[in-house]
Amino acid sequence: MSDTSAQILLRTTVNGLDVAVAIEPQETLAEVLREKLQLIGTKVSCNVQVCGACTVLVDGLPVSSCTYLAYEARDRQVLTIEGLASKDGTLHPLQTAFIEENAFQCGFCTPGMILAAKSLLDQRPDSSEHEIVEYMEGNICRCTGYRSIVAAIQKAQASVADRSS
Amino acid sequence: MSRDSDDAKVDLTPQNWSDLPVEPVTDVSHETGFQVVNKSVPRRDGVAKVTGRALYTSDITLPRMAHARIVRSPVAHARITSIDVSAALERPGVYAVLTGEDLKALPHTHYGHAVPDHAVLAIDKVIFVGEPVAAVIAASERIAQQAMEDVVVEYDELDAVITVDEALSPEAPVIHGRAFTSGAFRGFEEETVAGQTSNICEEAHVGWGDVEEGFSQATTIVEGEYYYPMAYAYAMEPYVAVGDVSDNSLTVYSSAQHPFMVRHDLAHVFGMSLGQVRVVVPYVGGGYGSKSYTKIEPLAAACSWWAKRPVKIQLGVEESILTTRGDDALVRMRTGVDSDGRIIAREATIYLNSGAYAENSPLVCKKSANRIVGPYAIPHVKVDCYSVYTNTCPASSFRGFGASLVTFGAESQIDELAEKLGEDGLSFRLRNVADEGERFFPKMRGLDANLKGDLRKLAAMLEWDAEPQAGRGKGLAVSASDAGAHPITTAAIKLHGDGSVTVLTGSTELGQGSHTVLAQIAAEEFGIPLESVQVVASDTAIVPFERSTGASRTTTLMGRAVQEACQEAIAQLCEMGSEAFGVPPEEIEQESGGLRHGDRSMAWSELLTSFFGMPDCEIVGRAYLRRAGDLKELPPFWEIGCAGVEIEVDEETGRIELTRLAAVGDVGLAINPAMAEGQDLGAAAMGIGTGLFEELVYDGQQLANANLWDYRVPRFTDIPSDVRLELTQDQNGVGPYGAKGGGEGSLNPMSASIANALYQATGVRVHEAPLTPERVWQALQAKKSSQREAE
Repeated sequence: MSDTSAQILLRTTVNGLDVAVAIEPQETLAEVLREKLQLIGTKVSCNVQVCGACTVLVDGLPVSSCTYLAYEARDRQVLTIEGLASKDGTLHPLQTAFIEENAFQCGFCTPGMILAAKSLLDQRPDSSEHEIVEYMEGNICRCTGYRSIVAAIQKAQASVADRSS
Repeated sequence: MSRDSDDAKVDLTPQNWSDLPVEPVTDVSHETGFQVVNKSVPRRDGVAKVTGRALYTSDITLPRMAHARIVRSPVAHARITSIDVSAALERPGVYAVLTGEDLKALPHTHYGHAVPDHAVLAIDKVIFVGEPVAAVIAASERIAQQAMEDVVVEYDELDAVITVDEALSPEAPVIHGRAFTSGAFRGFEEETVAGQTSNICEEAHVGWGDVEEGFSQATTIVEGEYYYPMAYAYAMEPYVAVGDVSDNSLTVYSSAQHPFMVRHDLAHVFGMSLGQVRVVVPYVGGGYGSKSYTKIEPLAAACSWWAKRPVKIQLGVEESILTTRGDDALVRMRTGVDSDGRIIAREATIYLNSGAYAENSPLVCKKSANRIVGPYAIPHVKVDCYSVYTNTCPASSFRGFGASLVTFGAESQIDELAEKLGEDGLSFRLRNVADEGERFFPKMRGLDANLKGDLRKLAAMLEWDAEPQAGRGKGLAVSASDAGAHPITTAAIKLHGDGSVTVLTGSTELGQGSHTVLAQIAAEEFGIPLESVQVVASDTAIVPFERSTGASRTTTLMGRAVQEACQEAIAQLCEMGSEAFGVPPEEIEQESGGLRHGDRSMAWSELLTSFFGMPDCEIVGRAYLRRAGDLKELPPFWEIGCAGVEIEVDEETGRIELTRLAAVGDVGLAINPAMAEGQDLGAAAMGIGTGLFEELVYDGQQLANANLWDYRVPRFTDIPSDVRLELTQDQNGVGPYGAKGGGEGSLNPMSASIANALYQATGVRVHEAPLTPERVWQALQAKKSSQREAE
């Protein structure tokens, strides 16, 4: 707007689409996703990299987009919740499992929670319950008491295993 | 704007949700014969929430919208001597700066549903660190943030009172020092006493019998002092509102639990009629009571009024804590038992640190006084409770308020009594808790729950009789809350020409599942598929009045209003059927999806088309619930808490780890059992937080831990993998099909359960929550040193 900071051009890939967007150097990835690309599925809560609500995947790994500079995503692959389901609208097994297991209530943590879980299952598809709980420690949910989320991740794990077998 | 039209785009394709398997989580032993209710259907907001398409207030952007950031007081108590906004206004992109002085042009500058003591921005004086003093309105949040540094405020500091003791000392400065008239929605009848000559905001005195006489007959007495901490609800969506004021109307989008109460305060401040004010609530990212009543909506609207454009205020976590926290509670209490082992007398004095503004603390005060009695028929009771103004951030509702605060002490003391009698806490409670139907609290509804049965279920889940492993202990506790659900609820449904239904409700979808449960009820009543029902909620220009969304009221009261609205529409349809069938209405029977006379059936759509003579016409069914009939007696239901834990204690560090969590949800009938259990576990998890580590700490005038690094909430590893939940479904509530409220119950007994388990594991009793490693370790050290002295 009226801010006079120097703009830089960010080229990155978001949900499989190449984008080029003018940003200010200090802008966070969450700001660019939400305000410039209207990808409002990414939620911001604690703003200090504690709660995990703003989690998106950059080259497959989870980052807290509230504190991750958008410029760091240049020439990388960014995945947000909007890019998780198939193009035909078929939900990802994690999305289906989260619905089936009631793994959310208010839903504000859900996009970040699902993306963190995706990163885990992509890296270690056979994670034990203990590994799931440890890996997910960086994502807070204030509604559910977590057990339904663990159940959903395990269900998705089984469903992914079924598909690939 | 309604998010339900947004839902419709997302949710209604069959592969999205009707194909999902329906798995009953809890087997209801009795045969209910229900088609849609009492089944764990998938959430109606499920697809929207897992795809990122669910719209929250934080996601709203309007054309020409500006952003405001709030300049806050750095001192706890001071006169504002000057505010210079000129440098801020010179910054490019700054539209306006609003100060308390500017507000004086409005019809009213203060609001408050209980006590109208709350200024939209500080006027002449600040009374806590973090109080809003000015709002910078700019083209972007970043510009507003930068310009805040250019707003120069000068203060003349006054003595501050941070603790209850300081606030009640005879020399204390009186924070408000003016008389108030009672707010319109206090939730009780007595006039306010707040703040004119002392720092007492509210007091409550409950009692019956003669406690002195009771204690003289007691053979065993335990006396103690207990502290329950200031807590932060941490709704993950921090407070946010968008105000949009025009010449003759005002629209506010907000993350608010009670849109109609917010509407009242906005109409008051801006001198508008209720019809001119529209409050719209999209999906809410968590509430837990912290978004009850009015928060930043008047300020967002005032910024819009001042800058002549829509304005969004998005707070962060620290600012949200400074906006609302929970009251803490210092409880001094004694309880006596007679020679038959029955509780004969209880006396308690409670002090709540309620912060700078009343908010909902007057009701917290009233409820704390009631709820400390517990679910016991005690012949002699005396309770005095004081809500006290201090120069700290304002306290208000937080899930289970008044029960969580005092049940820690009340149910710790029950175990202490049992211990003194050489008995275990379960058998002591089984002897003493009220029976179903018993009027254990004078002038209130009898207990609408089989609490003894619930306790037996809990004991079975905890394997109470089995000896715990070394280093482990089990504990349990119970509570009964006179639900704050004041029964003023209205609802409307529209039956459309094709036989589908829209439910119009003032209940806000906070995550508790109101959109799903209310749709289930309407589908059940009309005998139509769940997919044929849409829910439109929380737009005060469209939906009928609902007092609030809190106190576990929605399933019971709004559920019943929706049920009655459906039945009222069906009564109209019977009149139409009478015309169509050519027979008197009383000869017509309802069947699934329509009406029948003899072997002739007409679907709802046929009845409407026959009546109006063209397609797509619709009728409206409505219901008005008030304090009458079976809803006359308060509370509408008792919310039961019945929960326990097994813990393991690391005596080297004092750290407590939960190894099992068990809870009984006594809900009358679960409209959606899986979601009811989800509420129970969620509530219990919050109880683990305040039981083990959640506590806001004041260091002088400043909050020392107003962020999520230092204020720790439960995480994945804090919840044991061994969680056991059970629902009691005796259909004994006043809600639809015998339902009654849940969702707070399992929070209330949790901290006492943990304290009781700690005692069983180690023999030490901690009277201060949360039971942090430091407190537990110090108690263990004290026990060891007293043992050494004894040797």
